[in-house]
Amino acid sequence: MTIYGKGLRGLSLATIATLSVAFSLVFFYAPLDADQGFVQKIFYLHVPLAIVSLCGFVFGAALAVGYLRTGDRRWDMRSYVAIHMALIFGIGGLITGSIWAKASWGHWWVWSEPTLVSFLIVLLLFATYQPLRFSIEDPERQARYASVFSVIAGAFVPLNFLAVRLAQEYVHPRVLTLGGGNLPGPMRLTFLISLAGIGLLYVTMWKYEMTAKNARMQLRALRRALLGDDAVRPAGRSAAPS
Amino acid sequence: MRTALTVLRKDLRLELRTLETVPAMALFAVSTFVVFHFGLGRVTIDGQLAAGVLTATLLFAAMLGINRLFVAEREQGGFDAFLLAPVDRTALLIAKAAALFVFLTLLEVVAVPAFALLLLGPSLGPPLPGLIAVLALADLGIAVIGTLVSAIAVHTRARDLIGPLLGLPLLIPALLATARAAGPLLASHATTSPPGKWIAILALYDVVFALLAYAVFDFLLED
Amino acid sequence: MARTPGTRPVADTPAVELRGLTRHFGERTALREVSVRVPAGATLAVLGRNGAGKSTLLRILATLLRPHGGEVSVLGDPLPRRAFAVRGKVGLLAHEPLLYRDLSGRENLLYHARLHAVGRERVDSLLSAVGMERRAQEPVRSLSQGMVQRLAVCRAVLHEPALLLLDEPRANLDPGASELVEPLIGRASRCTRVLTSHDPQSALAEADLVLGLRDGRPQFVGAPGELAGATLKELYA
Repeated sequence: MTIYGKGLRGLSLATIATLSVAFSLVFFYAPLDADQGFVQKIFYLHVPLAIVSLCGFVFGAALAVGYLRTGDRRWDMRSYVAIHMALIFGIGGLITGSIWAKASWGHWWVWSEPTLVSFLIVLLLFATYQPLRFSIEDPERQARYASVFSVIAGAFVPLNFLAVRLAQEYVHPRVLTLGGGNLPGPMRLTFLISLAGIGLLYVTMWKYEMTAKNARMQLRALRRALLGDDAVRPAGRSAAPS
Repeated sequence: MRTALTVLRKDLRLELRTLETVPAMALFAVSTFVVFHFGLGRVTIDGQLAAGVLTATLLFAAMLGINRLFVAEREQGGFDAFLLAPVDRTALLIAKAAALFVFLTLLEVVAVPAFALLLLGPSLGPPLPGLIAVLALADLGIAVIGTLVSAIAVHTRARDLIGPLLGLPLLIPALLATARAAGPLLASHATTSPPGKWIAILALYDVVFALLAYAVFDFLLED
Repeated sequence: MARTPGTRPVADTPAVELRGLTRHFGERTALREVSVRVPAGATLAVLGRNGAGKSTLLRILATLLRPHGGEVSVLGDPLPRRAFAVRGKVGLLAHEPLLYRDLSGRENLLYHARLHAVGRERVDSLLSAVGMERRAQEPVRSLSQGMVQRLAVCRAVLHEPALLLLDEPRANLDPGASELVEPLIGRASRCTRVLTSHDPQSALAEADLVLGLRDGRPQFVGAPGELAGATLKELYA
């Protein structure tokens, strides 16, 4: 029997440390933006959240390919947790992005920012992952269909970005590009450490949920072995893949 | 290919017998034009607005067809019957996408003239060949994605909800490209050839999703 | 009716061989460690109450469900690896007729004939064999259940399968119709058969072998004569 959650403590500590450093840098080291002032600092939260969320979706799609190739339900569970977490990060990214837009352009929502618009569409698509999953009864079909969905949605991400980017006829003067390529040094350093911190947070949370799910799965398997099939109630909606 | 033709012929014959899908799609589209007339408070529209109204209406009407595409297979054992036969499973994807493409074409044969009659300001004559090309590319994308979405949704409890919920975001880039490509064609000083950029995007979208559908479709049939 | 059976397995390979077949639905186990060997040409009756796993077993043999454990070989080909080779050699007659309600019986059969690459003469000869030639042009939804079942029998044997999987084959059939389909799906078909029935006595009368299932576990495997009344009762208790 595998013990899950190995290395979880170290990972959690590293996450807390990186995030603390990142926040100190954001508040005390990174220079104030000349035009936007203090509120520009939400950029160090918004952009990493969005990047990590997108990577999480693609990560989920890659894990789903693993399921389709092997038929091993553990891959599906990993994919489920990856997408589930990416959705939470994505919603965070959308809210912080909206606050940033309000502060710098005076509107809660701007259609002229293609990255934000594409991100909304991707989020809308992945938001159907859970309703789809839980309206399929048969657990295997659930895993298979959810995986197929993740693969399609994963491939959709770049195509969608391309189409939305091209649709912006007047190219908005962009304050900051995603990669941080044209940021001044101190800003770039702060940004990269924030990105690392949020990335670590994603990995830690993914691992936590996987550990919880695996523990529950092993408990159920033990109960079934000891008490028989009937003693274990069928997994409800919250159990997800078990 | 022969198998795909067999299944396609069966689907078209079923539609001809029941008249369940295409007339509903066409009626829905015409009603939506009336709704747009009142909603926009305009007698005629042109340009990008006209293109947007037309594409959105066609997309929503297409959703009706997408929802019904696999219902007979699911409820009357068509999936099992097909899976019991010694044939390539991709044939079902090809046949269903082709059937949906035919349904969409029939829908447009009714909806586009109705649109020209009810809402469109400029004359439809000169830009018509360009518009047909744009719509054909759009139909191809809707047919492929619609078949995938329908095959997924038909096995869910709330298939009427899951279909549009999944289909609409997936089709947004196709809708965007179609609307942008059709916009200049429907303007009052219309050009007759659609912008190449958007035709290329639509074609790219069609190709990528056709390959993707081919790769994953078998997983939707297995049990 | 004279039939030339299509592909027949070599005499010494069994038509169906299961070794420890297991199938789950999520956490529930529908079949557990089922082992049985059906020689070519023999008839296996699968007995058990509702939910015992009979239909699951038939669907696995028909390649519609994949086995999760154990070994399954049908007509010499292992499943699920060579499912494509098995398809087209088995005929499944289940609860669902697998016919489109809005097409006529003949159109339905012609559709299946094309999928299985069978000529249309075969469709017409089957329709007359089950006494359906006069009503073959009517949509299936306007036919009685017995007539639909007769069409379903035609559909199942259309491609002259070597193995027949029959789930309650005589449901909805009156004695006359039952006699009509006898040459197609009865012992006279000379096919290997796996059948279930709601009526254990009639199934036992047809069987060479019996598999008794209870909650997916095999309770009895053997000749019908060896099945004690008490065991039979237990299967349906």
